[in-house]
Amino acid sequence: MIGPFETISSLARQLDARHVSSRELVEDAIARTETLNSTLNAVVSLDKPGALAAADQADQARADGAVSPLLGVPMLHKDIFCTRGVKTSCASKMLADFIPPYDATVVKKLHDAGMVSLGKCNMDEFAMGSSNETSFFGAVKNPWDVDRVPGGSSGGSAAAVAAGLAPLATGTDTGGSIRQPAALCGITGLKPTYGRVSRYGMIAFASSMDQAGPMARTAEDCALVLNAMAGHDPLDSTSADISVPDYSAGLEKSIEGLRVGIPKEFFSSHLNDGVAATVSAAVKELEAAGAVIVDVSLPSTDLGVSTYYVIAPAEASANLSRYDGVRYGYRCDSPSDLQDLYLRSRTEGFGEEVKRRILIGTFTLSAASYDQYFMKAQQVRRLIAEEYQSVLKDVDVIAGPSAPSTAFVLNDGSKSITDMYMEDVFTIGANLAGLPAISVPVGLVDGLPVGMQLIGSRFGEAQLLNIAHQFQIRTDWHSLTPDREGLTG
Amino acid sequence: MKWEKVMGLEVHLQLSTQSKIFSSSATAFGADANTQTNPLDMALPGTLPVLNHAAVSQAIVFGLGVGAEIGKVSRFDRKNYFYPDLPKGYQISQFFEPIVKEGVFEVPLEDGSIFPVRILRAHLEEDAGKSVHDAIPGHTGIDLKRAGTPLLEVVTEPDFRTAEQVVAYLKALHALVTYLGISDGNMSEGSMRCDVNLSLRLKGETKYGTRTELKNINSFRFIERAIHVEAERQQDILESGQSVVQETRLFDPDNDETRSMRSKEVANDYRYFPDPDLLPIVIDDETIERIRDALPELPAVKRGRYTTELGLSQYDANLLTQDRATAEFFEACCAASKNPKATANWMLGDLSAALNKEGLAIGGCEVTPEGLGSLISRIDDGTLSSKMAKTVFEGLWAGEPDVDRIIEDRGLKQVSDSGTLETIVDELIANNPAQVDQYRAADEGKQKKLIGFFVGQAMKASKGQANPQMLNQLLKQKLG
Repeated sequence: MIGPFETISSLARQLDARHVSSRELVEDAIARTETLNSTLNAVVSLDKPGALAAADQADQARADGAVSPLLGVPMLHKDIFCTRGVKTSCASKMLADFIPPYDATVVKKLHDAGMVSLGKCNMDEFAMGSSNETSFFGAVKNPWDVDRVPGGSSGGSAAAVAAGLAPLATGTDTGGSIRQPAALCGITGLKPTYGRVSRYGMIAFASSMDQAGPMARTAEDCALVLNAMAGHDPLDSTSADISVPDYSAGLEKSIEGLRVGIPKEFFSSHLNDGVAATVSAAVKELEAAGAVIVDVSLPSTDLGVSTYYVIAPAEASANLSRYDGVRYGYRCDSPSDLQDLYLRSRTEGFGEEVKRRILIGTFTLSAASYDQYFMKAQQVRRLIAEEYQSVLKDVDVIAGPSAPSTAFVLNDGSKSITDMYMEDVFTIGANLAGLPAISVPVGLVDGLPVGMQLIGSRFGEAQLLNIAHQFQIRTDWHSLTPDREGLTG
Repeated sequence: MKWEKVMGLEVHLQLSTQSKIFSSSATAFGADANTQTNPLDMALPGTLPVLNHAAVSQAIVFGLGVGAEIGKVSRFDRKNYFYPDLPKGYQISQFFEPIVKEGVFEVPLEDGSIFPVRILRAHLEEDAGKSVHDAIPGHTGIDLKRAGTPLLEVVTEPDFRTAEQVVAYLKALHALVTYLGISDGNMSEGSMRCDVNLSLRLKGETKYGTRTELKNINSFRFIERAIHVEAERQQDILESGQSVVQETRLFDPDNDETRSMRSKEVANDYRYFPDPDLLPIVIDDETIERIRDALPELPAVKRGRYTTELGLSQYDANLLTQDRATAEFFEACCAASKNPKATANWMLGDLSAALNKEGLAIGGCEVTPEGLGSLISRIDDGTLSSKMAKTVFEGLWAGEPDVDRIIEDRGLKQVSDSGTLETIVDELIANNPAQVDQYRAADEGKQKKLIGFFVGQAMKASKGQANPQMLNQLLKQKLG
């Protein structure tokens, strides 16, 4: 019997050895999802017939001699990726019944690599949130403590992998939406370099920062999946036309002598003491593996959040204009005229946080505030990017916490909107600078997972995965699973 | 009149690319509603624009055609506004950095003079769809077939003072883009749409008055009328001491008036910002030179060549270069006729009259440049009299391709054989001794009149086919 917490690489070996069939894996995953999802709310649509048919196809392909490290392995997609014929809601009432006539490039690539999609994961509405509480379909629960949030916006993906529903879920990261939930749920999540993975078919939030990546149990699995996800796409002008290395090939390299920069600003007053101590211990572990630890400074770190919350809402305000009730998506009942159609469809179709960001973005782009906000934010963005680039000339990677604290309790009334925005303080820099970053589990504080973030140079995913893998060879934090009734499998 | 009109133009040219500016959908005119539309054109979630480089090349061609500077780095911006036929809720345009910068475009006027118009900029953008108000009673339909068609918006400085200048500019612009092959410039199909910014000021005043924008006027005739009507309206307002409201107005040709396009005048803030989905367009000098080398001869250059090398009048040169098809016809015709002046006369005379009568364009008739050219050379070599030539032209018009064949079939050959003519003349002299004596006795002035009798008789005898010049010469020689 194969347990629910196997890695992709382990499953692939067992599939190849015919210890298990893809159909069996998929049936188990569906059964487990049906049992646990009422508690977790991590999955918003389960495509049973599609998944079983794909599993049978994968088994047949393997019987016919096909070899692929992902063939027949079940997975889940964040509900931000368009899936042909399968509802794609972006966790919004606006798109609650939207069925795309096309696959996102990420969906197509993973399908072509033989992965079996079980369905779609819950998320913050239009990826706007850091707790997965803004979903139209309700909050996702953290498998480590169902009274707590899984983080966001890829909270459903993180919770699903942490709960063993699938060994992989796709996520997207605009300001930390892969890394922060990965940290809070104790899994490994990689945000690639902006442009590394196609954005085609991924519903846009902030186009200049949105990036898709894998969320899995290990860095080794992330490498396997990134091999299939990455690459230039003629359908996305911003996808980089740069060859894709074999991310699995360099995992075993020694990290002896690699320079790891620790920005002092990442260990500021924002950071919870327990998390600080846990991340520091992980840094020691890297040092023990031969890495050279260097103190560095990213003085504009604190400007990141305000910069991000000008640029991202500005882009979002335009990206979300298409949801107007005219062609598809939610339309209000019997509009009296065009103005009423727009007003009520958008008022009723979007949630609070989405409307807040549309309003912020509309304001910062308006003629009267453009120079003062949008232009200024673009300048600060450049400054932050330059700081990162300059530090990365001196060190190979930057290390620090992924999030300021462990998972916080659901519906925490004491947390203001801006407190919530501060969740992204350590992750936003990589998005503003377009850099790759990974979050790896590095321990528990009060029984809740802590993530360490590694930020690399542009297109330096291989190095991040190498360091993360070397860390995971030396530690077993990534192997911990939520020790809760019903989740241990 | 103490008021002076000040006008600047914004012309939207639909570029003649095979597919849309950011999607692979076709752009053919006349397709059914909501065909030629893919998920991007419908703004389905997750779709992304991919620039059609043919539109960029055509914009560069235009820029070089008006002698403008080409932006080495230009960008796309989002122009945000809600409208049902604007599927994304924003239009992708170029606001901050257009692809074509300042230039000067020389416009030939009716009197043969040149009117220089300063081009401020030309930028690429996508067209919107169409709202259809009459297809379903009580509803507005949305047709997205046109959404995403590439447009080049050409903006001028406020250099125009008369409606005639405006019309001359539009005609010259039409000629230019058809020459360059970057747009069919068809106003009735909407591939050339014109907005006029118009204000009035007292003559001698240097400051501009408050302007109104006249939108989408779709024929040359309406433009003249719209300008006239709007200028009168503004004049009435100004003379009664009120102020003109800056707004967009629509010309209503049925009621011969302009009216405000929006009942609730809301100040538009388009919230332009750089489109993060598209990379900057970077154009190197090599690309510009490659495009420049491939440019066809431009109307201004052709006009110069026609007057200096071919000896045509400025007026004729202007007419013959008004569109590429006419100029190409003229040049092919000259190659066959070897007589540019006669070619110009035939084209602007008989051919033009016939075309106008049938309402045809030059490419739409049966007359080929080779046919007309050979007709002219048959006049020049004495085969045809000008009267016969008209008959041959009728044959060409009716679709008979071969001039010599027409001449032969209709027995139109002019008798230029001196032996035959001599026989006729000798017989004439022998049969009319009285008239011969009268002629010989008359003075030179009278002779000129009297010779008409002999020409007439000889023509009659030759059934109208005698070469008149040769006949005249022979008669003078024999009678004298």
